[in-house]
Amino acid sequence: MSAQINIHNLKKSYGSFQVLHGIDLEIAQGEVVCVIGPSGSGKSTLIRCINRLESFDAESEIAVDGITVMPGRALAAVRAEVGMVFQSFNLFPHMTVLRNVMLAPMRVRRSNAKDAEARARVLLERVGISEQADKYPENLSGGQQQRVAIARALAMEPKVLLFDEPTSALDPEMVGEVLDVMKKLAGTGVTMVIVTHEMGFARQVADRVIFMDGGNVIEAGPPAEIFDNPKEERTRSFLHAVLDH
Amino acid sequence: MDLFSTFFNIPVLINSLPQLLSGLFVTVQIGITSIICGLIGGLFLAISRLYAPAFIQVLVRGYIDIFRSIPLLVLLIVVYYALPFVGVRLSPFFSAVTALTLVSAAYTAEIFRAGIEAIPHGQFEASAALGLSNRHTMVDVILPQAIRIVIPPLTNNCINVMKDTALASVVAMPDLLKQATQAQALSANPTPLIGAALIYLILLWPMVYVVARLEKRYSRGR
Repeated sequence: MSAQINIHNLKKSYGSFQVLHGIDLEIAQGEVVCVIGPSGSGKSTLIRCINRLESFDAESEIAVDGITVMPGRALAAVRAEVGMVFQSFNLFPHMTVLRNVMLAPMRVRRSNAKDAEARARVLLERVGISEQADKYPENLSGGQQQRVAIARALAMEPKVLLFDEPTSALDPEMVGEVLDVMKKLAGTGVTMVIVTHEMGFARQVADRVIFMDGGNVIEAGPPAEIFDNPKEERTRSFLHAVLDH
Repeated sequence: MDLFSTFFNIPVLINSLPQLLSGLFVTVQIGITSIICGLIGGLFLAISRLYAPAFIQVLVRGYIDIFRSIPLLVLLIVVYYALPFVGVRLSPFFSAVTALTLVSAAYTAEIFRAGIEAIPHGQFEASAALGLSNRHTMVDVILPQAIRIVIPPLTNNCINVMKDTALASVVAMPDLLKQATQAQALSANPTPLIGAALIYLILLWPMVYVVARLEKRYSRGR
């Protein structure tokens, strides 16, 4: 069986500055992958290419569930299967929490309002904010907003979930509640690709850790291997810088 | 006393009141029709200006710039007096509505564009990531937020359109101003003009007040 996400020779440039230098990566169904690395290493760009929020070079190829990611009809199909959680939540501020979660199933999957609402309430329960369903995002804490964003992504029943530094904009005391929700998701069969600076979380939850630097994958492997026994000097110095202080 | 009977002559005012009110009715008709057409046209222009293929964007930009530059009175006279030479003969009502709509749509387009551009990029990304189509992204996510931002400037534009309806009197449209000048000629007394001015005030002052309130409300927080 082929991998759920196939990335082949992924290259991207902003003008003359090349951000990604031909990345090859296969991610299996249900796998939890954490992408770590210094700022500007291209890790966010990498996952934003998977649902093509970022365009990439024509010679590069990405396929999700066998569907090639390219502009047009196929892209809508890919995006319906790939959920995304952003650093800055990006909830819809003019809708209640419940409506935020209901919108995409109703518009993209054509669910009726009753089913969408029932499902939204189940998901809000699952991320622990069912009692906030009728509030607006601005009345929620950052941690609560991010959990709503996770519920909103889950409402589409995605096969793949992308997390773009989901805890980086949060106050420290709220990081835990979001990571807890993500831990519960890991192992439910959904494929997760997580860009994060939370090394403890990556070590605990990831099946595989990918270390990126300068637009290349420097090293990839099980968390124990990457964190305890990194082969590459750059990995070692990065981990040394973030872990020992 | 003399001043009073010249400018505030009650019998003259009462006499001319039915004529003024029928003029008011025409003014409101022209105004509302132009405002609605201008809003619809402006929204389409704004969206084309932002998302249409490049060469259409250039055309729309040209349109917007031209109709924001041309004096409305000149446009109105061109529509009413010049177009008949190429076989396009519009009634005074449609001449006025056409000229007002063409200009109002251009201003409205710029207002909507600014409103759409003020929506954070993350809203577009979140919509795209969920698989929403461009149409649903606009209708469900972007426009409801943009509308809040553009309501004060849009209301302002509506006031301008309402005021500019007075120009229709130059193409023999029996609007409020035209009726007032006729009543003035008939009674040899300027009171109907004062009456018309007061009616314009009564019509527009509340709208000006509303704009001030809206601006205050939307500048505070979200």
